[in-house]
Amino acid sequence: MSDVLVQMTGICKSFPGVKALDNAQLTLHKGEILGLLGENGAGKSTLMNCLGGIYKQDEGTIEVDGQKVEINTVHEAQQLGIAFIHQEIALVPFLSVAENIFLGRERTTGRFVDQGKMREEAKQWLQMVGLDIDPGTPVNQLSIGIQQMVEIAKACSLNMKLMIMDEPTSSLSEREVESLFKMMRQLRDRGIGLIYISHKLSEIFTITDRVCVMRDGGYVGTIITKESEEADLVRMMVGRELTNYYTRNFLPKGDVLLKAENISGGKMVKDCSFEVHKGEIVGFYGLVGAGRSELLKSVMGLYPRSSGKVTFQGKDISKMSTLDIQKMGLCLVPENRKLEGLILKNTIAFNMSISVVHKFINALHVSRKKEEEIVNKGVSSLDVKTPSIHQVVGNLSGGNQQKVVIAKWLAAEPKLLIMDEPTRGVDVGAKAEIYKIMNDLVQQGIGIVMISSEMPETVNMCDRMYVMSEGKIRGELDKSEFTQEAILNLAMVED
Amino acid sequence: MGKKDEMKASNPFVHFFQENMGILVALAALCIFLEIMNQRFFTWSNWLTILDNVSKTGFLAIGIMLCIMLGGIDLIAGAGIACSGVLCIVCMERWHLPMIVAIIAGLLVGLIAGMLNGIIIAYSGIHPFVVTLAMQSILRGVAYLLANAQPVPLYVNEFFPRIGIDRVFGIPLPIIYLIILFFIQWLLLNKTKTGRYIYAVGGNETAARFSGINVEKIKILVWTFSGLLCAFAGVVLSAKLKSGQPSTSVGAETDAIASCVLGGTSMYGGTGRTSGMIIGVFIIGVISNGLTLMHLDVNWQYVVKGVIILVAVYSDMVRQRKSQARKE
Repeated sequence: MSDVLVQMTGICKSFPGVKALDNAQLTLHKGEILGLLGENGAGKSTLMNCLGGIYKQDEGTIEVDGQKVEINTVHEAQQLGIAFIHQEIALVPFLSVAENIFLGRERTTGRFVDQGKMREEAKQWLQMVGLDIDPGTPVNQLSIGIQQMVEIAKACSLNMKLMIMDEPTSSLSEREVESLFKMMRQLRDRGIGLIYISHKLSEIFTITDRVCVMRDGGYVGTIITKESEEADLVRMMVGRELTNYYTRNFLPKGDVLLKAENISGGKMVKDCSFEVHKGEIVGFYGLVGAGRSELLKSVMGLYPRSSGKVTFQGKDISKMSTLDIQKMGLCLVPENRKLEGLILKNTIAFNMSISVVHKFINALHVSRKKEEEIVNKGVSSLDVKTPSIHQVVGNLSGGNQQKVVIAKWLAAEPKLLIMDEPTRGVDVGAKAEIYKIMNDLVQQGIGIVMISSEMPETVNMCDRMYVMSEGKIRGELDKSEFTQEAILNLAMVED
Repeated sequence: MGKKDEMKASNPFVHFFQENMGILVALAALCIFLEIMNQRFFTWSNWLTILDNVSKTGFLAIGIMLCIMLGGIDLIAGAGIACSGVLCIVCMERWHLPMIVAIIAGLLVGLIAGMLNGIIIAYSGIHPFVVTLAMQSILRGVAYLLANAQPVPLYVNEFFPRIGIDRVFGIPLPIIYLIILFFIQWLLLNKTKTGRYIYAVGGNETAARFSGINVEKIKILVWTFSGLLCAFAGVVLSAKLKSGQPSTSVGAETDAIASCVLGGTSMYGGTGRTSGMIIGVFIIGVISNGLTLMHLDVNWQYVVKGVIILVAVYSDMVRQRKSQARKE
């Protein structure tokens, strides 16, 4: 652990109106996995983008192998042996695995691309990362997990010395995460340095050797993973003690709000029945692909439904449009905020008010006052951190974006809120705040459905939970029956 | 919409200048250059000529801008003008129908074509470029068939041409229509729910769907509106020309698209302002007028417009990239 691979010192970077990095630093040794931890907006991604050649720092120096370097472009970073695995897959979907690996440096015979040669070489790199797939397969036929491995194989083929991974596990199943970690350890043992950005503390503890913590664009400290505890890291990240991570006051069960009977639809939902009461949080747990999101979307009319009956507050809503269902007070906060939740190029005000425009636009009259009232209420009750409600949403951190998404549907004054992975890609501080908001809502008599793949939050926040696998509800558990074993047993049921 | 982070300026004029600074400077520079080259440029009658000539492009741009804002495009304009104009004249001249019926028939042809575009785009998933290109060909064909492939002059009705050439307080009627239609589009985008929904669907269709917006309805509405405006342009043009010309207005959509893009409507969808589009329409008009005043071959205008479209789209792309980079 003696050889320093990368040394970044005094890095500053400003964007119009924001100082994203203020005297940040980072040291990475050869053959280690360094966790990079911080709340959203702490500057992790910006710092890594400076190293990967996507941004150029305003001040500060970067040394690779003891040599001071200037990294202006992604290409220059690659030549230094720096590979960047982004959160989103960056492969060309219709090209084959081999073509993707050698994209831009195709192997040729004479003037023509030699597919055979490329596939042969690709096969070797794939084997190195433990993948046994045909290099001729188009990438879009592979699962996300496999695609990520292909990206790593591609990075390996580029002679990398250092690999940056930005939240690589956010869309992987548990099994895929495990094989990814195995791969990472192999790379480390080969002397490669890895920087691992993640929000998941459990992952940080499993995989990293040291952890570098950032806050507000600056450097907080670096600790050795084995010698520290979760509470230390959380304190470093948020700068304060986090008591009451989960806020939850349980209430007696209220009236039935939503009743779904024998819902089937598409390939993912098979004969599901459930009900939700006032004042309770009902969890839907399952492994990725169990059909939880699809089931709740089909209730809302956002996913095809072939049969079944849905009643909300005693009324049959099976045939109603999504908009009418929303107006009745049944809303869904979608899973993927960038894709399904927000219009990134528009402002906070626009996004928060779009599902309730009927409240302030009437007969060619826009009541700006009413609009701002609605938006300001949302911003203050959810504590969205922004200089102005006319800020473009795309410029906010992940946690704040998530709050805007929640506020958007709260503006519709829901009686039942379906929240699909409400804390995905959100830092611990914002997570605790979201749990508190959920608890407050339930206190007000709202019912909440929480779809989550994170066992701890499901167990701590829910009154009851339904466990799904392969599109079917496999069981219903009450708070007293929540054990990891019981839940997983149901989640693993196969036909 | 407020691209910038600051609070919206309270004064609408200040706001207008802030948002359109770039192209306003371009327009002003162009005008000053033309005035220096030719002293007849800044005359009342020349400006009326410019506006009269540009009214067709304006009608089209109003509809096409909304299609572009949804991340799509509408290419039927030139053919739509020909088809509705010919139908309108044929109704009076050959079928001896009353003028009002002829006008309604002319408008209806655009409305139906636009609605078909919208329905196909909304429900089939075929790209708007392909759908409207096909519709363009169909409409052009129908125009030639109706007219037996030659211009149809109008003799039977003395009043009809007046809706294209009469003046009110010295201002040609098409200019007045244009001002009214600009205002209607501004109202639609800024004062109605539908306007908000157009921005939302164009910005992120999936998110709009999750927000409960009827995406299909918005698409059908926008393409129908655009088709109707083509037809309106066709009726006004046939009145001006006192005839139905099946071969007229080839490529009229190019000018309209150029106006929108110049005016800051992003081809990626989700952004666009009426004020910008109006200035864009002016720039296109002033360029054609300037070339005529300078006694240059009018066909140069096609070359100039082509270059302008490329520059405008490129600068839009650079803008998009910058805002993308800031999101990291």
